[in-house]
Amino acid sequence: MYLKIDHVDKTFQRGSQTTEVLRGITLDVAKGEYVSIIGHSGCGKSTLLNIVAGLTGSTNGGVILEGRQVDEPGPDRAVVFQNHSLLPWLTVYDNVRLAVDKVFSKTKSRAERHAWTLHNLDLVQMVHAKDKRPAEISGGMKQRVGIARALAMEPKVLLLDEPFGALDALTRAHLQDSVMALHQKLGNTVMMITHDVDEAVLLSDRIVMMTNGPAAKIGEILEVPLARPRKRLELVSDAAYTKCRAAVLKFLYERHRYVEAA
Amino acid sequence: MNMPIRNTENVVALTQASAEVLPMPQVPAKSLLSRALPMMSEIAARIVPPLIVLAIILVVWQLATNSPKASLPSPLKIWQDSKDLIVDPFFVAGPQDIGLGLRILTSLERVAYGFGLAAIAGVLLGAIVGQSTWAMRGLDPIFQVLRTVPPLAWLPLSLAAFRDANPSAIFVIFITAIWPVIINTAVGIRNIPQDYRNVALVLKLNPIEYFYKIMVPSAAPYIFTGLRIGIGLSWLAIVAAEMLTGGVGIGFFIWDAWNSSRLSDIVVALIYIGLVGFVLDRLVAGVSTIVTRGTAQS
Repeated sequence: MYLKIDHVDKTFQRGSQTTEVLRGITLDVAKGEYVSIIGHSGCGKSTLLNIVAGLTGSTNGGVILEGRQVDEPGPDRAVVFQNHSLLPWLTVYDNVRLAVDKVFSKTKSRAERHAWTLHNLDLVQMVHAKDKRPAEISGGMKQRVGIARALAMEPKVLLLDEPFGALDALTRAHLQDSVMALHQKLGNTVMMITHDVDEAVLLSDRIVMMTNGPAAKIGEILEVPLARPRKRLELVSDAAYTKCRAAVLKFLYERHRYVEAA
Repeated sequence: MNMPIRNTENVVALTQASAEVLPMPQVPAKSLLSRALPMMSEIAARIVPPLIVLAIILVVWQLATNSPKASLPSPLKIWQDSKDLIVDPFFVAGPQDIGLGLRILTSLERVAYGFGLAAIAGVLLGAIVGQSTWAMRGLDPIFQVLRTVPPLAWLPLSLAAFRDANPSAIFVIFITAIWPVIINTAVGIRNIPQDYRNVALVLKLNPIEYFYKIMVPSAAPYIFTGLRIGIGLSWLAIVAAEMLTGGVGIGFFIWDAWNSSRLSDIVVALIYIGLVGFVLDRLVAGVSTIVTRGTAQS
């Protein structure tokens, strides 16, 4: 298996209080696969992503990527954060270049790194704004640059932490199409956290549905049998799409309803 | 060579155009005056009020100290007594008879050394305290106690240690200016958003890269606040330190003038000190706005 999440438990300890967030998460992801993780807020899906990224340690179990155990963060598991987290004092170009310089310091020449930076900005159609600072571009554009920065690291797995959560519906749809096209073109392995059912069905090969916390588990895994490339408009009336959508909605709102203050 | 030909073309074109009179839209070309006026009134609105207040102060001062029995000099008397100091800041008439500008420069040199060292050491120490919980727990209480020690209280120890006036004065500046730099830098570093830390972790920046590429730019607004307070305190401390250590600086000049009852000279020196302090503050503030252009807005 390319990426293996093996019996991961996570318990947070705050003073004398222990909270069990994740229990026995096991998931295999194939190379080039697009997997979404969906669940109500607070179910620990972001914690799971952070464990895969290496930003948080697991209490038990571990993550294995291409036969090597993950124990610290690294550019082979690039993260696109929900709030873009571009460095505001650097230009768009320099934000991507920082990553390129760090990852390819030994393997690429100066000129190659420059070209690679521009190439990745071009992938997300952001070359025109390369000399702007993050404060001068829109939220959708910032997220594009965040994606370019992650792609530029040539990661083995691309981790998307609710990447479109902070965007308006139109920009979100636009960016989803871009991500789909990039996945088609580059064949990245992607793990995406989301709480948007349509987004999950549209983008994913498999949807991992998590039960409510505390001690959240994987409730169900749904294969999305839709051929790629997928077209947003054509899918609206597609039977398989509607079925998948209904299955996820049923899971989230019927069997694992979000109980406030549970 | 081409000019004459082009000219004739223009002439032809013009005569053609003048045959049929086209109603050209009136270009709203603002005259230079109409554009300059709002700007000038803007400037005047900022300059005139302080000038009026200054004039009022001078008049009141003059009236209050006009009598021959007055203990303090009036503005007119100051002008008569210390005209040489006011008019030419850079004269040299003897080893101890030099312009105030030159004295200020000597003092500024001490401040530059002391403050420069304080800035470097302060940012580094602040980075350590801000980054490490244990360093903070260990060092912060000590800093909090030491920073309340008045600058001049360090002077005797400093003189004993360095056995020379100049390094002692520089040390006093250093020890005065370093606390706000340390404390503000530490706060700035503690406030680095987790997002930026995560970016650094994913990119595997080493500690030195992290310091230059994330810490310093992210904490820059805080660091500059500390530097600005620090330079103000340095300038406060140098005058007091020089009064005691002697030498060429502006502080010693004031002490010397007091000992020889040249009150007018003291007033002039005070104005010099105030103006230079103001300029120093503006200078650090100016550098700060340039450097933190990207950081302040997020």
